[in-house]
Amino acid sequence: MKISVQQEDFDLGAEVKAIARGNPKVGAVASFIGLVRDINDGTTVGAMTLEHYPGMTEKALETILAEARTRWEILDCTIIHRFGELKPTDQIVLVVVASGHRGDAFAACEFLMDYLKTKAPFWKKEQTPEGGRWVESRDSDDQAAERWK
Amino acid sequence: MKVKVLFFASIREKVGTGTEELELPVGVASVDGLRQHLRARGGAWAEALAEGKLLRSAVNQDIVPGTNPVKAGDEIAFFPPVTGG
Repeated sequence: MKISVQQEDFDLGAEVKAIARGNPKVGAVASFIGLVRDINDGTTVGAMTLEHYPGMTEKALETILAEARTRWEILDCTIIHRFGELKPTDQIVLVVVASGHRGDAFAACEFLMDYLKTKAPFWKKEQTPEGGRWVESRDSDDQAAERWK
Repeated sequence: MKVKVLFFASIREKVGTGTEELELPVGVASVDGLRQHLRARGGAWAEALAEGKLLRSAVNQDIVPGTNPVKAGDEIAFFPPVTGG
């Protein structure tokens, strides 16, 4: 299991290879990548700054992963979330789940993203033509997390 | 005995600091109590921590409700709802 909060970019191929390597019990690997979009709520986004709460962020991600492991068979998992300055098309977040079968891999991957979006202490500030603005949380994200209860 | 108070994102910008150590005032025993104490500083503090404003709090890096107790040595954080991912 790997959790990393980092400024550097990541490589999906390398992470997927690393997660399944040498474990013949892994029959399914599901992954998700979140990217920076150049538009949000109808306004052009030129750049984005991601702030986080060092220490708590890693702890929150570990808690979310532990919760997922009580629900599905997770043979291995990688969660990488970036912080700092990012621009449109940049990768923000990666979740990779390795499991015996696809059902667990898909479900756990989606659950991890839904919980991460509402429980991990990250905040996005967008640079727009009108200046900087903090992204507001969305009800749709809360609803997405609620459905797993 | 002191507590460490942290502010993040829009709240950090409003109050103009990300971290502060302060003596836990007599009578302050909960997160809400501390929030009220900081709000009483007025100005940007009153605005950033206004009653009814949607914000989250954490004690020792766990998200907790405002009723959660606080004690000397705790790390208490105030921040807006999270927007990562």
